[in-house]
Amino acid sequence: MRFERRDHPSTGLVLLAPVGAVLAALVVAGLLIAIAGANAFEAYGLILKGAFGSRLGFSETLTRATPLILTGLAAAVAFRAKLWNIGGEGQFYIGALAVAAFGMIPAVAGLPPVLAVALCLLAGAVAGMLMLLGPLALRLKFGVDEVVTSLLLNFVAVLFVSMMIEGAMKDPLAFGWPSSVPVPGNAELPKLMERTRLHAGLLIAVGAAVAVWLVQARTVFGMRSRAAGLNPRAASFAGVPLGRTLVSVACLSGGLAGLAGAIEVLGVKGYVTTDLSPGYGYSGIIIAMLANLNPLGVIAAALFSAVMFVGADSMSRALSIPSYIADVTVALSLLTMLVALFLTQYRIRR
Amino acid sequence: MRVLELQSITKRFGAVTANEDVSLHLDKGEIIALLGENGAGKTTLMSILFGHYTADAGTVRVEGAELPPGKPRAAIRAGVGMVHQHFALAPNLTVLENVMTGTESLWKLRSDRAGARRKLADLSAKFGLKVDPDARVSELSVGECQRVEILKALYNDARILILDEPTAVLTAQEAEGLFATLREMAAKGLSLIFISHKLHEVMSASDRVVVLRGGRVVAERRTPETSKEELAELMVGRAVQRPERVPGRPGAVLLEGVDLTLGGKGGASLKGVNFRLHAGETLGIIGVSGNGQTTLAGLVSGLYPPDGGALLLRGHRPARHDVPHAIAAGIGRIPEDRNAEGAIGDMATWENVVLERIWDPEFSSRGIVRRGAAKQATQEIIRDHDVRGASVDGRIRLLSGGNMQKLILGRVLRAGPEILVAAQPSRGLDEGAIAGVHERLLEARGKGAGVLLISEDLDEVMALSDRVQAIVGGKLSPAIPVEAADARLLGLMMAGDWSVAKEIEGADAV
Repeated sequence: MRFERRDHPSTGLVLLAPVGAVLAALVVAGLLIAIAGANAFEAYGLILKGAFGSRLGFSETLTRATPLILTGLAAAVAFRAKLWNIGGEGQFYIGALAVAAFGMIPAVAGLPPVLAVALCLLAGAVAGMLMLLGPLALRLKFGVDEVVTSLLLNFVAVLFVSMMIEGAMKDPLAFGWPSSVPVPGNAELPKLMERTRLHAGLLIAVGAAVAVWLVQARTVFGMRSRAAGLNPRAASFAGVPLGRTLVSVACLSGGLAGLAGAIEVLGVKGYVTTDLSPGYGYSGIIIAMLANLNPLGVIAAALFSAVMFVGADSMSRALSIPSYIADVTVALSLLTMLVALFLTQYRIRR
Repeated sequence: MRVLELQSITKRFGAVTANEDVSLHLDKGEIIALLGENGAGKTTLMSILFGHYTADAGTVRVEGAELPPGKPRAAIRAGVGMVHQHFALAPNLTVLENVMTGTESLWKLRSDRAGARRKLADLSAKFGLKVDPDARVSELSVGECQRVEILKALYNDARILILDEPTAVLTAQEAEGLFATLREMAAKGLSLIFISHKLHEVMSASDRVVVLRGGRVVAERRTPETSKEELAELMVGRAVQRPERVPGRPGAVLLEGVDLTLGGKGGASLKGVNFRLHAGETLGIIGVSGNGQTTLAGLVSGLYPPDGGALLLRGHRPARHDVPHAIAAGIGRIPEDRNAEGAIGDMATWENVVLERIWDPEFSSRGIVRRGAAKQATQEIIRDHDVRGASVDGRIRLLSGGNMQKLILGRVLRAGPEILVAAQPSRGLDEGAIAGVHERLLEARGKGAGVLLISEDLDEVMALSDRVQAIVGGKLSPAIPVEAADARLLGLMMAGDWSVAKEIEGADAV
């Protein structure tokens, strides 16, 4: 058996790859469900029902997808330019913390809602950017691998958040629980559905995905960042300013992850705790890969991930299968996607 | 005695026939050259022989015994060794370790380094392939790496050695050394096949030539009974004439280097480079690779500003020294390495065409790419320059070297550059493509552009240049008119002996 490079992978094949990968992941996870003693079809049926079957499930799925779209985008734009931003989780938390800190400024409570929200979002995005510019500066100046630095900064960020919400930013009214002072009401994102947690952040996330897609496909910046990622030497021969391009990419990527954190605070919780994110930053990496780094694909991949997590909760209550099966399935889908991507590039020969 | 026989080999890739009914044989102690243009099926044929590919039909016999298809191990065991064009060496291991790799059973507890060292030393001495067994491969020159590859094959007791374009990466001197080694190996009873598209090396190094064209053997000649001209015609299928340079009338100075110095960027440093390029002339810079050509080309192309001295554009120091300003000032650039520098393989053809001019209002406005205009320009280049196999939206990776170069020339010439920097413009191209590149360069000169031709190919520099300077150790020799140059004088200049050149330049100035 050997692999032969395909010269022209067809569009159909490229679109089929994520679908095949998800199906393969579901088959493997189905085996695990069977081993755990339940019917896999029944389990998947319950997952779908849990995720879409009720007003609450549906709204929860979309609420869950919102930060995932943004962290997925953050990873996708960076990976396109071969900037390996593994620090989405840290940028998410610092973005969230920045919003909470900004909300503590007394003047914010007096602003009109639109302005308050906009400024809060900006604060979150800028904080996320700064978080990624550090690792990038180290890479550009000293050649330090940003995989390591951005990954390790995640732990620094979470511990910093923990320090702040137990100290300077601790909410005195939270009965001693470590959480930040809530943002003022005028900075909260409006709800999209009555009596659910679904908020306008979803629109921002989808809008961001479309905007990123447009930027990548149609602008000079998009072309340059892709060139810089694919072949830095040829890109600089063609006059692409590598450093400046990477800085812009880092701002976009870190900004999106920071925005995700900001939106989660303004839309869902209102304050920051250290369990604000069940790994949104890390999931974003999987989602970006599953979407094959396509910004519009990120929406679908984030939705898949959200369905699994929300649905698995109710499925696990009904069948007493651990809800970790959702984590397993999503993780499996990353592995199968890597295989599927390989198979779009190569064909197997005897 | 027949040591190798290929019979009626046919190999298809989808609709493309790479080899059709190819038969050839090799006798003991013989060197045959497999001659053909890029894409003629030479490498495919040798890959079948070595077991990398399985033929659709036909057989391979080594010393009478048929080789099982698709089994490189069997080929190695039968005594076939292959030296690939792109070396398969581990850079972090020593020469000895590289040579030993794969020769010992994984289950053996100890590796017999002492024995291996002895065997390697013997081979080294026997064939005059000098190389330090303890040197790391990453520290070796390209020529030395090739020696290691050959030694690796010999270490596996190869009696038949196949070399895929062995001189593609070597300097002229290294190539001569290689061919002397090959001769010696043949005299000691080895049988060799080398793949090439360079006529002069085929003529000088082989006993017999097999010419492939379009996947078929079109001719077979004893080398003493043929000529370069005949082989060229057989290889291309028609008579190929490189274009002739007609004397021109150089105009004003367009580009002038004054004591340029630049340390170590992407190659040897420049240590005080002076030249003058006039409109309507070609200034040839000849030299053995690694003497600063890459750095000079990069500097003039706008990649890096000089550390010292000045690069004057029409007598003025440019306000900024970077790529966009160089292009905007009318400098067209043909990069030395068209795949690594000239193109981004996984981007579309049209993107590759416009990337270096993307700031031009023709191709973008307010940060938005004007895709229509970009694609149309690409379409025109593909049509006007006869770029085969290219589609506007297709990835550029699949273009052959010759077509890639046509596309690069196309994008550069479209802007009507006043200055053209061509670094090794025909490296790795076949005869037909070289003639095409030369024609374009002469055309640009005819239209009044100044062409700075940086090349290691003596024939090319002699054929295209009006004046020639040699680059040695980061310095340029005095310029001599090409009429006064011959191979011997240029050889002297490339070796650093500039006394004659100085006299000629002095006489010329008066």
